[in-house]
Amino acid sequence: MKNSHEKVEKHVGWFFLATVFAISIGGLVEITPLFFQKETTVPVDNLKPYTALQMEGRDIYIREGCSNCHSQMIRPFRAETERYGHYSVAGEHVWEHPFLWGSKRTGPDLARVGGRYSDDWHIAHLTDPRSVVPESNMPAYNWLNTNTLDGELTKSKLEAFNWLTRNRSHKDEQGNAIPLYTQAEIDGAKDAVKGKTEMEALVAYLQSLGHALK
Amino acid sequence: MSSFWNIWVWVLTLGTLVGCYILLRWCLKNFAGVKEGESMGHTFDGIEELNNPLPKWWSTFFLLTIVWAFVYIAMYGLGNWTGLLGWKSSNQGIMNIAESKAKTAEYLAKDSGVLVQYDREVAAANAKFGPIFEAYAARSIEDLATDSEALKVGQRLFIQNCAQCHGSDAHGTTGFPNLADKDWLYGGTPEAIKESIMNGRKASGMMAWEGALGGEQGVKEVAAYVISLSGRSVDPELAKAGQAKFAMCAACHGPDGQGSLALGLPLGAPNLTDNIWLYGGSKRAIEESIRNGRAGVMPPWSDILGEEKVHVISAYVYSLSQD
Repeated sequence: MKNSHEKVEKHVGWFFLATVFAISIGGLVEITPLFFQKETTVPVDNLKPYTALQMEGRDIYIREGCSNCHSQMIRPFRAETERYGHYSVAGEHVWEHPFLWGSKRTGPDLARVGGRYSDDWHIAHLTDPRSVVPESNMPAYNWLNTNTLDGELTKSKLEAFNWLTRNRSHKDEQGNAIPLYTQAEIDGAKDAVKGKTEMEALVAYLQSLGHALK
Repeated sequence: MSSFWNIWVWVLTLGTLVGCYILLRWCLKNFAGVKEGESMGHTFDGIEELNNPLPKWWSTFFLLTIVWAFVYIAMYGLGNWTGLLGWKSSNQGIMNIAESKAKTAEYLAKDSGVLVQYDREVAAANAKFGPIFEAYAARSIEDLATDSEALKVGQRLFIQNCAQCHGSDAHGTTGFPNLADKDWLYGGTPEAIKESIMNGRKASGMMAWEGALGGEQGVKEVAAYVISLSGRSVDPELAKAGQAKFAMCAACHGPDGQGSLALGLPLGAPNLTDNIWLYGGSKRAIEESIRNGRAGVMPPWSDILGEEKVHVISAYVYSLSQD
């Protein structure tokens, strides 16, 4: 046993393996079992797939970095649920790839923003936040009004989500998986979004948030 | 959690703790064959390595963290075991709101030895604030509107939930009505205000009139007439031509442009004669409204706030237009 720790201290390969082993334990205990729990793999009763337009809106939400300032995760504290509604549960997010929980709230949580404001408000607010909320420090996103969608990739996005959620979709009465999107919806995806402005898509996405837990 | 994952969690966690203890014991032993404090025969840049043991304070703290881990597990549990405190943050794995409410009710009804932090927090708040809102709910909105304490509560709720559109002073902005004047789209009675907040309002929607009015000229004519209704001076020729076309507008705005409220209809069509303009009163804004239409939406709040809070907000809003 004399100075046997020198084996890992003097050989970077062994040291690397020992480090990976040590830091993987936390993940193995805390993350791995979650991939196999009902709470984290079964969608809540009323979870609905995004429409083609909402899906495009979601990508604009990601592109503009909305999740840098807005979370979509209501924690189970009364102070939060009084303001935002029922706390978030995992079953609402099983179709999210990637999830957009965020980790910082410069702006308010958006997990249940859908239906809270009118479309007109969202358009006014995204175009010029200070026109409706004078103390807001949110940037203006006025280009969303003029950029239009071509829908070239929408079909592929719906197909990708069908594949990503293949083991986590709703089941019919016989227990067969119901894919998120039918072939007709996939085929019609391009026409459903083509020519629409990015503003319309983003507002459609925002209005869709938070209705799953009903 | 299935028994497999339960065992997985237990074995890995306890194995790690035991492993850490063994590692610590092993590192405390002197395997170097050199006496404590003596040279290991290794120098670098004039610095000599001595065979010193791990500092006592450090190894003691390491040991204490292991002990703490066992205490923590005993209190908060591991895997499927809930631990001695029986604590959990909230009910998880719920599939709908009804299930969530049922679980909370079940938890509050009997002492099961489990402590659901969120449910307890909410129950404590309800015990504290519930009676206040209950007492407010039992009083009429007119009565509440004279109670300065109730109005403070109402104002706070308003600022939190309504100010985003109507402004923190409730004076509104373009497209979002001023609630502090006496001009109402759906009525300013306490009942109408409460109904507007509870169930929301969706304007029937003013259609885009450009086509029906025969293009831009028609829009200009009707706009001129509409502006003249509130006593502003316009080109009389244009206004006269617009008046002839106003019959189409009268279905919602009334024959004299008094608005749908004067007709007793819940259409949300504004009074055009009072020089109060929801979407702007400039010639350009009025033409724009006629050309492309407008459709305001007030979202329903009954599900989000519940009737008791809406009742107090209604009183606050009602108070704003009472002198």
